[in-house]
Amino acid sequence: MNLTVNGKPATIDRKETLNITALLDELKVAQPEYVTVELNGEILERDNFESTVVRNGDTVEFLYFMGGGN
Amino acid sequence: MIKIPQNIYDDIIAHAKKGFPLEVCGILGGLDGVVSEIYPMTNTDASNEHFMMDPREQFTVVKDLRAKGLEMSVIYHSHPETPARPSEEDIRLALTPNVSYIIVSLAEPNNPVLRSFKISGNQVEPEAVEIL
Repeated sequence: MNLTVNGKPATIDRKETLNITALLDELKVAQPEYVTVELNGEILERDNFESTVVRNGDTVEFLYFMGGGN
Repeated sequence: MIKIPQNIYDDIIAHAKKGFPLEVCGILGGLDGVVSEIYPMTNTDASNEHFMMDPREQFTVVKDLRAKGLEMSVIYHSHPETPARPSEEDIRLALTPNVSYIIVSLAEPNNPVLRSFKISGNQVEPEAVEIL
């Protein structure tokens, strides 16, 4: 499956269906619980990571929460 | 070392003062440790003690930087009433790799203090700041 991930081409060598959680695992994203994901321009609710499937040609962006306190 | 043009340094301090008594936050973009862009961001917490950036704004900034051939260099925020050092929460949420973390303290309102840190895991290393 060929995707664009954070602006770069990425090939995922898996035949079975891939949801967002599995994709983050495939991409070896550390601490995925702190990641926000955008699929084809739409930010995904975390509750939908399991049910949202990526398809060949999709564009995926992810980034970490940026926060803190004093 | 992180290098920041004087006008962007001034903009960071002005942003912190304008937002006082709330924490403000933003992103600096650049290349090879030299800052060239500032993106003041919304603190969705609107708090005196916490900040959290809006993910939509984050994605917009990341894409804009990419289009310009730049990278995210710095994540900055203010401490309205406490020193310019990372709090436990700052360290826990310093998740973005390969960036500098700048904190501006307004604890002394007439003497803002800006310091930069590299944070990885629980390791915090002060970083020199050069004003260009």
